[in-house]
Amino acid sequence: MTKIGLQTIKFDSAPYILETSSIVGPKEAEGPLAKYFDQCLDDEFWGEKTWEKAESKIIKENVNALVAKSGIASTDIDYCFTGDLLNQCISSSFGLRETNIPFFGIFGACSTFAEGMCLGSTFVDSKAANNVICATSSHFCSAEKQFRFPLELGNQRPQSAQWTVTGSGAVILSNNNLGKQCPRITCITPGKIVDMGVKDANNMGAAMAPAALDTLLTHLKDTGRKPSYYDVIITGDLGYVGKEILTELAETKGYNIKNNYDDCGVLIFDKEKQDTHSGGSGCGCIATVFSGYFYQMLKEKRINKLLLIATGALMNSTSSQQGESIPGIAHAVAIENLDN
Amino acid sequence: MDFLQSIDWMQLLRCFVVGGLICIVGQILIDKTKLTSARILVIFVTTGVILGALGIYQYVIDFAGCGATVPLLGFGANLAKGAITEAQNSGLLGAFIGGVKASAGGIAAAVFFGYIASLIAKPKIKKQ
Amino acid sequence: MKSIDTKQEYLDYVDQKSPNSPILKNCFNAFWVGGLICSIGQIIFDFCKYKGLDTTSSSTIVSIILIGIAAFLTGLNIFNKIGKFAGAGSLVPITGFANSIVSPAIEYKSEGYVMGVGGKMFTVAGPVLVFGISASVIVGIIATFFV
Repeated sequence: MTKIGLQTIKFDSAPYILETSSIVGPKEAEGPLAKYFDQCLDDEFWGEKTWEKAESKIIKENVNALVAKSGIASTDIDYCFTGDLLNQCISSSFGLRETNIPFFGIFGACSTFAEGMCLGSTFVDSKAANNVICATSSHFCSAEKQFRFPLELGNQRPQSAQWTVTGSGAVILSNNNLGKQCPRITCITPGKIVDMGVKDANNMGAAMAPAALDTLLTHLKDTGRKPSYYDVIITGDLGYVGKEILTELAETKGYNIKNNYDDCGVLIFDKEKQDTHSGGSGCGCIATVFSGYFYQMLKEKRINKLLLIATGALMNSTSSQQGESIPGIAHAVAIENLDN
Repeated sequence: MDFLQSIDWMQLLRCFVVGGLICIVGQILIDKTKLTSARILVIFVTTGVILGALGIYQYVIDFAGCGATVPLLGFGANLAKGAITEAQNSGLLGAFIGGVKASAGGIAAAVFFGYIASLIAKPKIKKQ
Repeated sequence: MKSIDTKQEYLDYVDQKSPNSPILKNCFNAFWVGGLICSIGQIIFDFCKYKGLDTTSSSTIVSIILIGIAAFLTGLNIFNKIGKFAGAGSLVPITGFANSIVSPAIEYKSEGYVMGVGGKMFTVAGPVLVFGISASVIVGIIATFFV
């Protein structure tokens, strides 16, 4: 692999995305992408006693399903890179404590999925690993409890607020495609922390959009590509507010992304029917939408070049209460169907 | 049936309108200031204490009955009224006892029912 | 659109881009739900008076009954739907105070009855008691010395 430009790494071997798996909760199962997910739950508790246990079970079962689907023995998985939104990443670590796979718990808020893919693909391309798993999860109820208010509190959600996705998405990155046609990761652009001073924790899209812009522009400059090089550019959970901001900001910088850009938080819910205000968010948002919907589009060659930019708001409830602004982060992963 | 006939409908209307107007003030605070609900409750209860202490809120209560006492402003006014009455009867000790004594019923009820509810109920997701 | 470079420009731009709450609709719902809750209180109050209770006892009974109803509806997962619809209409009456005590009690049950239910019960409503009671003590002290 080679570093090109300021922040981008170009891979020589272009690791394969061998398989993906996704599990979503009941609300996501009522959304427009329901048919693309591997498993839809009809109960947020999934037979567990607490939200936290339920989220652990979701990521655990999702990773197990992924390994079973891939045809690779779990002993052949070298490492896993997983994360979630709960304090100290307990969903991932508790969920995967019995898997016997060397474990990296990572935190990048809602950008964790792309952070995991960046690290995983670097491991595979450098031959430090043959197969790695990248997985994330989030759960509406555990996130509300930790970041906002008890579920039974009778408050109104502001129009700019987003709805944390209940679900988990996971991918296997591999240096071997097992004879299958698989999309590949050709380069990655890990992002910088960008803080434009937004303090409103109910307006995450606006807090994260500048980071997404920074990573997008850096990626395009580093690779010398134009936005139109990609069939689709997706961001993870900027929501309606953030999507509009990113589109307009990109335009002021001379890039038109109106035609091939969309946001996973916008895609996963039906805003009118499901009353999700600005759209979905959470580590599980881009993870499930990519693992479910976009991976299938790539496999069917309906799209061939995809730029995935997952965005994260690097705050917690303490920093919000202390009046800190919300630093944003975004990591980009270029995924392409090469002629193989 | 005697009770129904004894209801003062004009009083009920005044109660409805004043209670509703106080809630509109709260709604404007929610929508315009992005304050969390805890802060709004604090603003209302503290304002209630001040208005109660100045004797202003008693006029609202006289006019609107429960339209003034049921909103948290009334809870605050009741705290102030209790503290003042008790302070006048038994001095400094009363200043400490009076407020809580006057609102003890509400506080105890909230704590007790909260505990009972937690024994029986299970958290559920909001459907919207 | 002109380019946005400074934080202040961005914050102004975000303010303008962020959707506003439907304030007229919210106020209308808050008005009639809040008015209705107060009216229910008034009817209970009138009934207590009709039964021969004094004003203070009647007011306390109104509070206890409304708090009881709010706690019951919170436990049934109904109060949050009313709150979503009515906003301040159910928050500002004493029902909102009850809901803000009962909802964390239910939510934190998973952390046990002592530190979960008992400890977290006041996470939302605690400030109301702190500021309400403190203010009443100050008022009482002033009344002791100056009135």
